[in-house]
Amino acid sequence: MICISCPIGCRLTVSWEDKEELSDEDIAVQGNKCVRGKEYGQEEILAPKRVVTATCAIRSEMTLRVPVKTNRPLIKRHINGLLEEVYQMNLEPPIGIGDVIISNIAGTEVDLVATRSIPH
Amino acid sequence: MKSKDFDVCIIGGGSAGMAAAVEVVREGYSVALIERDGNLGGILNQCIHNGFGLHRFNEELTGPEYAERYSNILKKESIEYFFGMTVTEIDISGDVKRVYGFSAVYGMVEFSVKAVILAMGCRERNRGNIGTPGTRPSGIYTAGLAQRLVNIDGYIPGKTCVIVGSGDIGLIMARRMTWIGAEVKGVVEIQPYPAGLTRNIVQCLNDFSIPLYLSHVISQIHGRDRVTGVDVTPLENGMEMNEKTFHIPCDTLLLSVGLIPDNEVPKKCGVDLNPETGGPYVDANLMTSVDGIFACGNVLHVHDLVDFVSEEASRCGRYVSEFLRKEHQSKADQYPVRAGSNIKYVVPNNYTPERENKFFLRSMVVGNNVELLLKINGEEIRRKKVKHVQPSEMISFTLKEKDVINMGKYKENTLEAHIVVQKSKEEGKKLWKER
Repeated sequence: MICISCPIGCRLTVSWEDKEELSDEDIAVQGNKCVRGKEYGQEEILAPKRVVTATCAIRSEMTLRVPVKTNRPLIKRHINGLLEEVYQMNLEPPIGIGDVIISNIAGTEVDLVATRSIPH
Repeated sequence: MKSKDFDVCIIGGGSAGMAAAVEVVREGYSVALIERDGNLGGILNQCIHNGFGLHRFNEELTGPEYAERYSNILKKESIEYFFGMTVTEIDISGDVKRVYGFSAVYGMVEFSVKAVILAMGCRERNRGNIGTPGTRPSGIYTAGLAQRLVNIDGYIPGKTCVIVGSGDIGLIMARRMTWIGAEVKGVVEIQPYPAGLTRNIVQCLNDFSIPLYLSHVISQIHGRDRVTGVDVTPLENGMEMNEKTFHIPCDTLLLSVGLIPDNEVPKKCGVDLNPETGGPYVDANLMTSVDGIFACGNVLHVHDLVDFVSEEASRCGRYVSEFLRKEHQSKADQYPVRAGSNIKYVVPNNYTPERENKFFLRSMVVGNNVELLLKINGEEIRRKKVKHVQPSEMISFTLKEKDVINMGKYKENTLEAHIVVQKSKEEGKKLWKER
């Protein structure tokens, strides 16, 4: 498996014991250059997550769209629901970089935040 | 026509222009920054995905966040901005350089400056550059244009699409198109290995089960008013296997087939261009063949990471300040740099023995556990193990002062960089598949 935590793309070898209830400790990761590689390898087996980036409509003189992202990786199965919600929204300026647009997405404690300031 | 005097004129307000501007203005020089768009950031503003800034800011940012971080740094400095302005000409005939730009707000402006920094970035290769046969319907976009339409203007370019070329923008757009509800039928790549970063193959294609056709070409585009589909033909030993051609119906074709440094204006004023990079030849101070004109960022050579652009442009800004103080190493005191075996190019094209020199180079081959070999006058000075190389991943190295301490016996002192690899091309292909 290839780590996607950063552009280096470490080639990971992930192995785990064959049992019903897996936890982090049961999953061994090799080939990672940093701690994020280990976490990625374990998560990819237990519950794969991705950072979601999109744009959202905004009523502004500056621009038609404001870019947004999840502040942490979101469990994959919640992605489509989140995108549906984002595309229904029409925001009002001012919006600051880092402002929370949707909080606690599907109870995951992950927030959707703006990634650009739109003052007016 | 209005006339304005500055020490330095920077053409382009993207990542390179911003980083260079900060360094120059902090040395006390007056800076005019000319930007064609209405705001700073350049291409970063439409690159809404994450993965920027890991080297520069030690955290993972999206493109707009990276741009805003940098423009906030610039806000503290007194830089004069000219937005919505296009530069049409640089005149180098007089004692000072004259840069001509025009905009709806200012009209025609003549900037008289001591130094010019080229930071215009690059543009996309398009259908004409790859010579794909077929009709000329609507629905054919470069990937970057489609990215702008989606992320800035809020349009959906099409419902079912095929992507030509596996460059990073193409891969990112495969995911973006999927996330806006379009169906991506496949990515077609002429080379036996992908052009983009590995992480993008994983998170943009594999996550959505989008097929990647390596060693395949688009052999025909169908459609009269709008694209209706494309023919895809596999390559075997460089030959098109026509009997194996298959058809993919689609209404949109996105082209991600490489980037070219945007050097039309410098070319006109006599800046020599390197055919390997498409950018200017530069000396150890990132100065082009024209005294006082410097280049950094994607206009010099196409980088894979914005962090490298910022780093290079910061250095360029410092070299420009040295030039203005007349403390720089003249070209006569510098030695040439050459790309050796398996290397497409090395930038810059000269080095100076007086200080550290940082180089970027691009491999022509795919290989694991290769060695980067540096020679001066044909004598080995350093050998460095590199775990993995491929053409899409830029390699950097630093020539230290101690590396050049014993030279001087010869006049030339040419530095050569080589990649030493035992693997054949076929094994390279296999290596890729095994990963």
